[in-house]
Amino acid sequence: MSTHAADIHDGDTRPVLSRMLGGSAGRSLGLVIALVALFIVGTITAGDRFASFDNILTIIRFASIIGVISIGMTFVITAGGIDLSVGSVMGLATVVSTLSWVQNFASSSSWIVMVVVALAVGGAAGLINGIVIAYGNVVAFIATLAMLVASRGLAEVLANRTTQIVNEPGFLGAMRGELIGVPILIWIFVLVVIAGWFLLNRTTFGRRTVAIGGNLEAARLAGIKVKRHLMYVYILAGLTSGIAAVMMLARTTAGTSTHGTLYELDAIAAVVVGGTLLIGGRGTIMGTVLGVLIFSTLTNVFTQNNLSTSVQAIAKGAIIVVAVMLQQRFANRSRK
Amino acid sequence: MTHEPIALRATGITKSFGPVRALRGVELELRSGEVTALMGENGAGKSTLLKILNGDFRPDDGVLSIDGVPTVFGDPADSRAAGLRVIAQEPEIIAAVSVAENIFVGSLGSVAYNRKALLRRTRDELKRWGFDRTIRAEALGSELSPAQRQIVEIMRAVVSKPRIICFDEPTSSLGDDEVTLLFALIRQLQAEGIAVAYVSHRMGEIFKLADRITVLRDGSFVGTQLVAETNHDELVRMMVGRDLSQFFHREPAPLGKTVLELRNVGNQYVDGIDLTVRAGEVVGVAGLVGAGRSELMKTIAGDYQVATGEIVVDDHVWRIRQPADSIRAGIGFAPEERKAEALLLQRSVRDNAALVVLRSLSRWIFVSSRAERALAKTYIDRLRIRTPSAEQMVGNLSGGNQQKVVLARWLATTPKVLLLDEPTRGIDVGAKSEIYAIIDELAHQGVAVIVVSSELPEVLGVSDRIYVMAAGRISGELTRSEASEERILALAMDEDVAA
Repeated sequence: MSTHAADIHDGDTRPVLSRMLGGSAGRSLGLVIALVALFIVGTITAGDRFASFDNILTIIRFASIIGVISIGMTFVITAGGIDLSVGSVMGLATVVSTLSWVQNFASSSSWIVMVVVALAVGGAAGLINGIVIAYGNVVAFIATLAMLVASRGLAEVLANRTTQIVNEPGFLGAMRGELIGVPILIWIFVLVVIAGWFLLNRTTFGRRTVAIGGNLEAARLAGIKVKRHLMYVYILAGLTSGIAAVMMLARTTAGTSTHGTLYELDAIAAVVVGGTLLIGGRGTIMGTVLGVLIFSTLTNVFTQNNLSTSVQAIAKGAIIVVAVMLQQRFANRSRK
Repeated sequence: MTHEPIALRATGITKSFGPVRALRGVELELRSGEVTALMGENGAGKSTLLKILNGDFRPDDGVLSIDGVPTVFGDPADSRAAGLRVIAQEPEIIAAVSVAENIFVGSLGSVAYNRKALLRRTRDELKRWGFDRTIRAEALGSELSPAQRQIVEIMRAVVSKPRIICFDEPTSSLGDDEVTLLFALIRQLQAEGIAVAYVSHRMGEIFKLADRITVLRDGSFVGTQLVAETNHDELVRMMVGRDLSQFFHREPAPLGKTVLELRNVGNQYVDGIDLTVRAGEVVGVAGLVGAGRSELMKTIAGDYQVATGEIVVDDHVWRIRQPADSIRAGIGFAPEERKAEALLLQRSVRDNAALVVLRSLSRWIFVSSRAERALAKTYIDRLRIRTPSAEQMVGNLSGGNQQKVVLARWLATTPKVLLLDEPTRGIDVGAKSEIYAIIDELAHQGVAVIVVSSELPEVLGVSDRIYVMAAGRISGELTRSEASEERILALAMDEDVAA
């Protein structure tokens, strides 16, 4: 926390990047240390296989899809809500998007239609969540749980429990390619992170989100149209599911109703480990990114060492508990 | 009475949090059967001292003796075992269970209990302490008003039969009737030989209740006085370390045209309200708790819907359906519950001050940090908000400075009308007089100000004109020269208007 009067004045002179690091990531120092520790463990146990540029790209690529979803989740949780439907909405979006293609509906037009359809499905699901929660006064946990179940079911009906293969060369060429040696999927993730950071920290939208999560009544009395804003927040989360669906299609070349199973839990874990308050009012995009990276690095270290996914799950659980306990300790200390 | 036995003696109590010395060599004696008032401005260390007594904190230095035996409290359970109870200002009430269960929550049997017997016992205790008509044993925690929650917390303490009870501003959420009952309860405790410590900002109460007064300032012990041997002015001097010759600076400003007019406004809370405020005028709204004062403010502010009548600002009828509409009409509203309804405690002074005017500080959707910082700096200087920087978390500021942040938020909108609901509640004496000065200055700048207050001297001190409310209606209107505490009270207790 900056308590020096000088901060008021020198804040402007620092470049954006250093302020990004000095701000949320600075507070997330513990996460950076954890990430570094994981890298050291990885390097010791798996040597060059782990510490290569390619492997690091693999880690980030692995993190990118869940990462995009987690950015949307960060907004929802910061606003004091929760969205359990992100994973299944992503699955639904992959199915609808591929169907729209397979059924010649779009064959005469560009593959961009697939992308647009995926985003539209995500946005529409978010819109429904938002309306039910903000205007229908249904608790977010229940509303999005219903959306989780329903959209998974809808995806199964539409896909007829089959997997739709994407073989559109234009789409695969664009999405599976690289830009200056870095896969496009990672670029998408990076763009979403930057956009999310600006949206949360530098815009009226972000400020209002934080205000609503921090004190709903105060936000209302300050003239914020709370219901409408909450709806926007869920639409945003739905859109990130749509983006993630496009990335999933690119990575797996297939649309299926089982895509994204349990992603909601991974996203919530990453957001909370990152330092966003589960009760709302404080959110950090950089923390979320670090949270996602910690989990994907962990998975990578375990895979490199041929350890089972079950052991991974245990370690993940332990990390979540320890990280949240540490945060509470720091939070208490700074309060007293 | 100076020979009553000393139940609790604290000597040389010192406590630091990091570099901050919260208490330095504080002395306190509580005698059986006596009420000792603990006074001091916010930040003087009263809360820290109470937390030490409650076993929340351990002192770094100093000795705490109960009946002459030095003791160390490791946690609140130790403090309770020693027969000491500290009554929380903002009690934790379990929403889903009854008053009876809330009161006996600490002493319920481990497996099964007899609900009927519990209710009977609760009714007996409520009756014994005089609250049987204020609160029902069966009522759920979620149904309780702030005053009733406070009473449950007090009952929790007295049923455990402690030997020492500490009250932390118990009357701040109570209405006049409940205050009377509370005082009777304290007298009864006193008669039973219980030592009472009483923290309050309200001088009137202190002189009514206390036998002696201990004053703290900036974490240091200033002195202890017998009530009989001191007076209001001396206490204020002890608390602030200076004379407050002019507590209420108020010079009526030249009045402009009518800015706010309510014509027959009504809804489920208030009825047939006709009210006007002119530019440069400070209008007080007085009344008992439950008279509908806060509800009227919230109706004007768009938090509650207007069902009948109309609200006119600057000769224009505004359809106010939500707070955003009221803000557009030029109305600013500082609600009674600062922390619950106004502040983002986890955010900075800058964030809080900029909240309402965010859009005007932004280009498209991007908030200009520069403009925000300039805004925060302007109001930190103008309202003399004491904060290390604009980036300080509002939750770390004292009550008075928090209230100034709320004022800054609304002044930034350059409001035509400012509604202030209990603007000085829970604020220390020094900050109070600063708030009064700000109100006075705003009036001179042509703002139409409404001040709601439960403290009659405050209403009388700041207002040019006073409306008195009773049972959701306006029961009378008094000019500055007509108004007196007696006339306000008579109108406030005017039951006829309700019929």
